[in-house]
Amino acid sequence: MINKIKQYVGIMPAIFVIGFFMFIPILIIVTYSLLEANPYGGVNWNLTTEAYTKILYERDLFDEISFNSAYLVIIFRSIWIALITVILCLVAGFPVAYYIAIQPPSRRNFLILLITVPFWTNLLIRTYSWILVLRDTGLVNNSLQVFGITDTPVKLLYTEGAIALGLIYTYIPFMILPIYASLERLDVKLIEASRDLYATRWITLRKIILPLSMPGIVAGSILVFIPALGAFIAPELLGGGQKLMLGSLVQLQFSSARNWPFGSALAVIILIVVMLALMLYARNAHKNNSEGTIH
Amino acid sequence: MAQKTDIRTLPGFRLATIGFFIYLYIPLLILVVFSFNATHSATVWDGFSLNWYAKAFDNSDIRRAAWNSLVVATFATIFATSFATMAALALARNHQIKHKPVFNGVLMLPLMVPEIVTAVATLTFFSVIGLSLGLGNIIIAHTVFCIPFAYLPIRARLHGMDKNMEIAAQDLYASKWATLRYVTLPLLTPGIISGAMLAFIISIDDFIITLMVAEAGSTTLPIYIYSLVRIGITPEVNAVSTILLCISIIFVTISYLVEKKR
Repeated sequence: MINKIKQYVGIMPAIFVIGFFMFIPILIIVTYSLLEANPYGGVNWNLTTEAYTKILYERDLFDEISFNSAYLVIIFRSIWIALITVILCLVAGFPVAYYIAIQPPSRRNFLILLITVPFWTNLLIRTYSWILVLRDTGLVNNSLQVFGITDTPVKLLYTEGAIALGLIYTYIPFMILPIYASLERLDVKLIEASRDLYATRWITLRKIILPLSMPGIVAGSILVFIPALGAFIAPELLGGGQKLMLGSLVQLQFSSARNWPFGSALAVIILIVVMLALMLYARNAHKNNSEGTIH
Repeated sequence: MAQKTDIRTLPGFRLATIGFFIYLYIPLLILVVFSFNATHSATVWDGFSLNWYAKAFDNSDIRRAAWNSLVVATFATIFATSFATMAALALARNHQIKHKPVFNGVLMLPLMVPEIVTAVATLTFFSVIGLSLGLGNIIIAHTVFCIPFAYLPIRARLHGMDKNMEIAAQDLYASKWATLRYVTLPLLTPGIISGAMLAFIISIDDFIITLMVAEAGSTTLPIYIYSLVRIGITPEVNAVSTILLCISIIFVTISYLVEKKR
């Protein structure tokens, strides 16, 4: 018995730290989401689904309940912006991943390093640098005016487009790296065969290369979607806090709004969406694996 | 142009890649360039000066925040890297452990939960158990999410290592601990170093979790930069950001070179 326990000594510290300081905290906010809010912060220990009904309905002064779409709008805006981010990351990232994958190995590694360097630098700073580019006296507007395309600055900052641009900038490496990984070992013979059989470049891309990079595309989409959904910095700095997204809404409940159960309920909803996405991914990976064994 | 004859090339992809790299580096370039601007403007160039760096170094709040960041990142890195090394060794070399996929899943948990959720969950947890250790709270929170970043390079290195070395050592009557000390760990060192580097960067760059967990007086550098940005944009922010940028780039490059040397 003691011998058996000894086997697990090595993994215990890491498992304990994550279990105690991450898994239990998540269980606690799931519990909190079912409790009553204390107006001074924290909770009263009464079970209620108030936090979840608050997402759809509001209680007015006369204690009457009416439908309220404000929070629903924020939830759908978050999902919408996260999806747009995924699609644009894919459109912009795929050619880059493919181009890098067909380079000679030494150049490949260097280009991958070039992609990862900004990724490891401070998220806040990367987003802040976009303010310098997008604001009324920023690089884009200055160039537009110098070339006489517009007289007055175009409003670029504090728009949904700015948020998406910042999110793409932040998360596109998550899309490029998995696609690159699945294309790196692409067999040239498959492309040669396709071309020999009179397929054009584009048909080869569609029928050979794209299907082979599918595992990378799916993994990349999940990896971009998850953090984009709960993003906080880009909506705050580039959206100016006007186009609220889920991340900011959650943060607000735990700071100035002091409604911890409602904040917890929103966090639980983010978690559920993430779990659905991961399950979708797991099913897909499983399917790909079983297909792979047929060959 | 050798690629021209390559059957795999697709028209426009090269241009798309060049455009992508410009998109990737232009904002950072502007940030760095204007940190050397002589006047207050963060957009119009008025000549070279180190004014804003002097100002940033002179600012005692920035110095304190930088010191806090350094302390938190150092401790979080030491804890996360040691735990990750132990876990990786146990999972890769101990064949009696059951349910390995489950343990692997737990180690990856911090990567799968969105940061904002981790942030509020940790905040709630600390307030429930009444933990108030100042920087200690931040160090605990950072250790948790640094573990997978330290773990991945170490595991990759372990998988790529030649097991015969360890078998040879044991054949020559080296004890389990001697094998670990004189064979496995030295071979594993590049993985451990690059894991530690990544953990350090992830910790020093973290914003949202620190924002929620930090108590008054334990401001880290990203939190301080955020408060500056909210007030208004000055080249002082650019100067501090450029320094932080350089630290990250140095660490990533070292980590890359160490990994390459295997």
